[in-house]
Amino acid sequence: MELKQKSKDIKISILKMLNNAGNGHTGGSLSTADIFTALYFQIMNIDPKNPNDPSRDRLILSNGHVAPVMYASLAHSGYFPVDELMTLRKLNSRLQGHPHMNSAPGIENTAGPLGQGISVAVGHALAAKLDNKDYITYCSLGDGELNEGQVWEAFFSINKFKLNNLICFIDRNKVQLSGDSIDIMPLEPLADKLASFNLNVIEASGHDFDEIITAFESAKNSNKPTIIIFNTIMGKGVSFMEGSYKWHGIAPDDEQTKKAIEEIQNGE
Amino acid sequence: MENNTKIQSKGIFESQNALHSKKSVRDAFGKALVELGKQNKNIVAFSADLAGSVRTNWFAKEFPDRHFEVGISEQNMMGVASGLAACGKIPFVGSFAVFNPGRNLDQLRASVCYSNMNVKIIGAHAGITVGEDGATHQALEDIAITRSLPNLTVIVPSDYNEMYKATIASAKHKGPVYIRSGRPKVEQLPESDFVIGKANILQKGSDITIIACGIMVQESLKAANELKKQGISARVINMHTIKPIDKEIIINAAKETKGIITVEEHQIHGGLGSAVAEVVVENHPIPMKIIGVKDTFGESGSGPELLEKYGLTSKQIIKEAINLLS
Repeated sequence: MELKQKSKDIKISILKMLNNAGNGHTGGSLSTADIFTALYFQIMNIDPKNPNDPSRDRLILSNGHVAPVMYASLAHSGYFPVDELMTLRKLNSRLQGHPHMNSAPGIENTAGPLGQGISVAVGHALAAKLDNKDYITYCSLGDGELNEGQVWEAFFSINKFKLNNLICFIDRNKVQLSGDSIDIMPLEPLADKLASFNLNVIEASGHDFDEIITAFESAKNSNKPTIIIFNTIMGKGVSFMEGSYKWHGIAPDDEQTKKAIEEIQNGE
Repeated sequence: MENNTKIQSKGIFESQNALHSKKSVRDAFGKALVELGKQNKNIVAFSADLAGSVRTNWFAKEFPDRHFEVGISEQNMMGVASGLAACGKIPFVGSFAVFNPGRNLDQLRASVCYSNMNVKIIGAHAGITVGEDGATHQALEDIAITRSLPNLTVIVPSDYNEMYKATIASAKHKGPVYIRSGRPKVEQLPESDFVIGKANILQKGSDITIIACGIMVQESLKAANELKKQGISARVINMHTIKPIDKEIIINAAKETKGIITVEEHQIHGGLGSAVAEVVVENHPIPMKIIGVKDTFGESGSGPELLEKYGLTSKQIIKEAINLLS
C-alpha cells in the first residue's frame, strides 16, 4: 500500500535528520508518522504549490517538538526539497528546532510552548465560520501536552463556538519527557473527560491506516466538534525505542540510526 | 477645540487651566473600536469576561458576530487571536494588564510576537491608580515585559484623545501592538498629532527635560508650570510610544538641556526610564533621574492617595528637577 511506503520514507527521513542534527525529539515524531502520512497524502485538501491558498485545509501543530514529522511530511509532499531536511536545527535553517510560522512553506504556526497551538487552531476554525469558508482545521496534540491548562481552556471554547470544522487529535503514546504519563500526571479516564466537554470523541489505532482514515472521515461528517484519541507507540517501528520515555527528547547516534532504518525498511 | 489649537501653536502651557475636564480613556478605546469596526469588517474583538471594563462591549453590541467572549481564559484568548490574525483578521484582545500580558506572556511571545501576527493587545486598568483592588491588580511591570519582545510596538496614551488616535493608528499598523490604559478619568491635554514612534513636545524648555508617558504627562506639565515660577525652564515631552522610541527627540533633549527626568506609573526598572536611559548613555550621556515605583508592590487605596504615597506627583517631579540641576 502506498501510504505504508510513504510512512516508511517519512520515518527514515525523521531518523536521518535527527541523527544529523545530533539532538531533537525522536519518539513522538515516530509515534505520529502514520497519522501525518495519512493527513498529508490522503485526508487534507492541500496543494504544496499553493501553500497560502485561503481555502486550504490546515494542520496546526500544537505539540511543536514533533516538528521533524511535520517537516518530513511537508518535504515529501513537495513543499520544499527533501534534502533541506538535513538543515534541521542548524544555523540559518528554515527548519527551526521548534517550528517558526511561515519560516518555510506549509508551516502554519509557531509551536513549542505546549498548549498554544490548539488555541491558534480555534482561531483558524473561527475565521472559517466568519468567512463562510469550508476548509477544515486539524490540530495535533501530544498526550503529555494535556497537562497544560490552556488546552482545556481551548476545549471550552471549541464547544462554545460549535467548531465542527476543527478536528483535534491526540498522540496517546502514554509517555512524556521524564516518564510514563500515568506517573507524571494521570489522564484517565481521558475519553470521559473529553466527552464531558461535549466533544465527539473517537478512539482509534494511530498505526492502522484503515482506522486512521475512518476516524478522520467520521470526524469530517460530525455535527459536533471532534477529538480523536490515537493510541500509539512512542518510537514506533524501532524495537529499542518503542514505549520508552527515554526517546522523547534525544536523537539516535550513527549506529542506532543504521539499525533503526533497517528495522523500518524491513517492518510491515 | 479652538482654545486647544491656540495653546498648541504657542507650544507653551501658561497655566494649569490648559488641562481640560476629565474623561475616561477606556471610553476612547471603546469608541475608536466601534469606528474601526464600521470601517473594516476584518476587525474582531475578544473579551475574557471583562467586556464592560475594557469597553469592547460597545463593539459587541454593534458587531455581535465579530466579538468573542472566551470567558476567563487569557491564554486561550491570545492564541485564538493569533489564529484569526493568520487568516487576515485584525483582533483586539482586551483584559486587565496584569493578565494581558501578565497571564499570557508566553502566548504573546510565541504565538503573536515571534509569529509577527497582527494582534492588538489592550492592557487595561494598568498602573497603581486602579487603586482599591490592591497590588495583585496593579500592573507595574507591563511596559518592561512588552518592551523586551521583538516585533511588538508599545504605546502608552495619556488621555482620551490620544487613546482614540492610538487605537485607530494601531489598526493601520501591520504587526502586533500593545496599548496600555488606566482606569481613572484623566485631564485632557491640548490635542496633538499622533504618529506611532514620534513623541510630542508639549512645552519648550532649555534647562531640564521631563519625559513622561500615560497620566504622568499631566503631572509633568503641572511640574513644569511650577518650575517656571522658580525660574527653571523645563521641556516636557509626551513619549506616548515606548517602542520604537523616538531617539531623535531624546538626543536633542540631552544636547540642549542639562538633565533628563523620566516619569512613569510603572516600576523604575525596565520601563520608560530605562528606554530613555539606553538612548542617552549610548549617544549623549547627561544626568538623569528615573521617577516611578521603586521596586516595590503597591497596595489598596484611592488613586490619588497612592500616587502621593509612591511619589508619582508633580511635587516629586519638581523636587527631583531642582536636585538634578543643583
